[in-house]
Amino acid sequence: MINFQYARANDVADAVRQIAADPAAKFIAGGTNLVDLMKYDVERPARLIDISHLPLTTVEETADGGVRIGALVPNSDLAYHPLIAQRYPLLGSAILAGASQQLRNMASTGGNLLQRTRCLYFYDVTTPCNKREPGSGCSAIDGVNRINAILGTSESCIATHPSDMCVALAALEAKVHVVGPAGERVIAFEDFHRLPGNTPQLDTNLHPNEVITAVALPARGFADNYSYLKIRDRLSYAFALVSVAAALELEGGTIKEARLALGGVAHKPWRDTAAEAALRGQAPNQTTFRHAADLLLRDAKGYAHNAFKIDLARRAIMRTLAQAANGTPQSQSDKKIR
Amino acid sequence: MQTYVGTPTSRVDGRAKVTGQAKYAGEFNLPGLAYGHVVVSSIPKGRIKRIDTRQALRLEGVLDVLTHENRPRMAGTDRAYKDDVAPEKGSPFRPLYDDRIMFNGQPIALVLAEDWDTAQFAASLVQVEYEKAPHVTDLRAQRENAFVTKRPSKPRGNASKAYAAADVRHEAEYLIATEHHNPMELFASTVVWDGDGKLTVYDKTQGVQNVQQYLCGVLNKKPDEVRVRSPFVGGAFGSGLRPQYQVVLATLGALALERSVRLVLTRAQMYGLGYRPETIERLALGATAGGTLDAITHEAIAMTSQYEDFARNDTGWADLLYKSANTDLVHKLVRLDVSTPADMRAPGAATGVFALECAMDEIAVALKLDPVELRLRCYSDRDQSEDLPFTSKKLRECYRQGAQAFGWEKRNPAPRAMHDGSELVGWGMATGVWEALQMPTAARIVLTANGHAEVSCAASDIGTGTYTIMAQVAADALGLPIENISIKLGDSTLPQAPVEGGSWMAASSAHAVGTTADAVRKELLRLAKKMPGSPLADAKLDEVVLADGKLMAGQDATRAVSIADIMRAGEVERITQEKTNSFKEDSAHARNAHSAVFAEVKIDEQLGVVRVTRVVNVVAAGRILNAKTAHSQIMGSVVGGIGMALHEETLFDHRFGRIMNANIAEYHMPVNADVHDIKVIFVDEPDELINPMGIKGLGEIGLVGVAAAIANAVYHATGKRVRDLPITLDKILS
Repeated sequence: MINFQYARANDVADAVRQIAADPAAKFIAGGTNLVDLMKYDVERPARLIDISHLPLTTVEETADGGVRIGALVPNSDLAYHPLIAQRYPLLGSAILAGASQQLRNMASTGGNLLQRTRCLYFYDVTTPCNKREPGSGCSAIDGVNRINAILGTSESCIATHPSDMCVALAALEAKVHVVGPAGERVIAFEDFHRLPGNTPQLDTNLHPNEVITAVALPARGFADNYSYLKIRDRLSYAFALVSVAAALELEGGTIKEARLALGGVAHKPWRDTAAEAALRGQAPNQTTFRHAADLLLRDAKGYAHNAFKIDLARRAIMRTLAQAANGTPQSQSDKKIR
Repeated sequence: MQTYVGTPTSRVDGRAKVTGQAKYAGEFNLPGLAYGHVVVSSIPKGRIKRIDTRQALRLEGVLDVLTHENRPRMAGTDRAYKDDVAPEKGSPFRPLYDDRIMFNGQPIALVLAEDWDTAQFAASLVQVEYEKAPHVTDLRAQRENAFVTKRPSKPRGNASKAYAAADVRHEAEYLIATEHHNPMELFASTVVWDGDGKLTVYDKTQGVQNVQQYLCGVLNKKPDEVRVRSPFVGGAFGSGLRPQYQVVLATLGALALERSVRLVLTRAQMYGLGYRPETIERLALGATAGGTLDAITHEAIAMTSQYEDFARNDTGWADLLYKSANTDLVHKLVRLDVSTPADMRAPGAATGVFALECAMDEIAVALKLDPVELRLRCYSDRDQSEDLPFTSKKLRECYRQGAQAFGWEKRNPAPRAMHDGSELVGWGMATGVWEALQMPTAARIVLTANGHAEVSCAASDIGTGTYTIMAQVAADALGLPIENISIKLGDSTLPQAPVEGGSWMAASSAHAVGTTADAVRKELLRLAKKMPGSPLADAKLDEVVLADGKLMAGQDATRAVSIADIMRAGEVERITQEKTNSFKEDSAHARNAHSAVFAEVKIDEQLGVVRVTRVVNVVAAGRILNAKTAHSQIMGSVVGGIGMALHEETLFDHRFGRIMNANIAEYHMPVNADVHDIKVIFVDEPDELINPMGIKGLGEIGLVGVAAAIANAVYHATGKRVRDLPITLDKILS
């Protein structure tokens, strides 16, 4: 870890002003990822601007029937918030599938979106990594890539986004509110994270010096038919090999609306509208689920150690859709898969 | 009078541990402490061409940067670096000795600063230029270069011929990934500069005297100039048996600065220490149609470093367990550009018995025999390598009690036949075996007239309960309440003890205490006899006992004198005795601990997710001194076995010759969610031959067989035989 300066932001405008004034500065909120990265010398900010005291900690209903979540609401508070637990249980479930209680107590809503990949090479500064050091090469493509991506990869990068919460947010069509030097704007969730392409150093479409202020959920919460299923190398406290967020609206024995997003498989939470379209109007059965899974995975590409994820993802999609359709969502405390 | 030995007793050091009063190597604070941080190599092989420390040295608060170029003088012979646990063959690693790089993560510089943050920041400013050399780190790719290092016993009969002629045959290779110990406590040393070149070294180690002698040899110090202490150790599992590089570096730092130095390694740096070596195990079993074995071939190929031949007993265990007229057992090594492997809980047996017990399960399937029944048919009452009987072997009883406690008779033998909702259920079992060793160990007892005793010994308690069992033995032998016993451990100036390992510390330390307590009793009797009108005037040593604070003849309460009265009459304030245990030479018996492990797994068939829902581990290990600490020790071993079976794997990128998951986020060990019902049973195994107290030790036996029982349960559940640890879900689904 390098020595760094520390400053506090008084309000959102002050935060934007401070970050714009110092190109080597970074925001810190919960610090659950940034501090690790600093210890590994992956991040070397000369200055940390502490935004954890900004008044962005409320969860409130909005005029359109949705919910607005302040960017500094801790993951734990959000998961157990009555509005979330009752109306968006998919989101609460996904949050509780991630990390540990202690980490969730520290981690913020905005920070969760900005987690960096857990690719082993990204963390090891002695190895080439295009995300960490553009142009140095991707070590994972021909290296230890069990935890790497199978969808949307490029020749530059096969890293994944590690969040569970974001997979649910993608399925729920959340919107991200940000403030920057040019003022406020709203980013649709699917446009927030990027695919690696030839600029894997960019995880998101945030403009320079923007700060996340809130995440907004639309009214539709899929509280009756949802499930978040996370498959990993031990039963808790591990990043997803594959995770699936499924949300359905059923009417008269057919699927009226469907959402399907995957974690652990791509550089961003992977949502496929074609797969969702294939579910709509169909009976919620294995044939339907299988077809949607095949569609979603049609362009999947495996590498030496992670090709198994394609079949695993297919199985997980089918299972999660069945859990959602049956109204038997996966419990995040009992690890037996329902 | 309460008897402590055999009674479940809470840890005597428990309160100190949970209240933070127990201090570990990196926790000793003193004025003027300087802090170290290590710079490690980022290549596996080559030379340091240039190491530039100028930028680090310019940083305010940096005191010095030690490299091979400017370190204090160190010994130049291999002999000086050979600690008690060093492999016989090879040249031990010499930290900071010269410009050669022999493994990734090798220490190449020590930054010393006024505070830890400065030291670690300065470490990042040290610039190193390497001359790289071609390296090899892949055991599987290098297996053709394996060479025979040892045979646990001479071949008997002709195993390959008998195998070819056998009614039923099974041959397979089993692969065990490299594993790291990952004790909770980081490796740390605090070296106190006592002045005039004298040092007190607080070290995370399983053997203070081993470290003391090693440091004296390496740094050319006189024995009275270096005192090594490890009053508490936060887990080690074998990683602290040999002196680790941080103790050398911290001591070099203290000598260079003439000042006290603390050095704590990072978790990532601990992956540059020892590990359980990746091993390829080939088993070929030939059986008669009646279910007895006629041929056992067991070949192990393990990795070691280029500079030391580390080899343990992987293949010798079949001789102890299963009768066979023909055996061929051999251990091979492949030298790679890595650090030397280390003992890790049940070294050799954990890997070798895993393979043997999976192979036994496979041939049981081929024979259509119940796996317990097969083991009973093949049961050996003798160690066939030397053709010796055992001091005791209640393994049949382990199988019986284990099967009963587990409900084994309800097992449907067919794979994939048992279900629980959407989960496949698998029941598997395996045998465990380990050595029952004992070592020369001394103890000092200081008995004071107020009926308190201090018992001291250089041994380390690495969390196993040594403090507690020594207090129990002392309390019984001295006839005092356990509260009146204080135990001092982990100090090289205390009476001689071996490293804490090999499961030998319970037997060794208990008999050291017993022998010394006998001497105390003898001295008390000598004094008592001199008392005017002594009721013990005619008493013989072998008829007097210490009980309730009194010396008494047998159970005769009228012939008793209190310890206080004896010492007052004898005008002594304290009685001090120091003795070394001694064990009868007995080359006519084999000495082993045994176990039977039964495991239940539930596997989601669609997704391959495994839950180990039940484990019953039945252990025959002689007399159990303390069922409470013993139970914990075996339970912890089972958790280690679950990790070995399902989770643990050190991942190398062989292009870089580098470990890629050197942290406990990506090196997976079981978490609470992975651990369910664990039942531990100790069978009654009186053993009057092994040693006077009948103790065998429990450090390793609880781990052996666990991974095999789980692997066999996975097969029973799924019909899929995974021979490659860890059993991750992709291997089940493939």
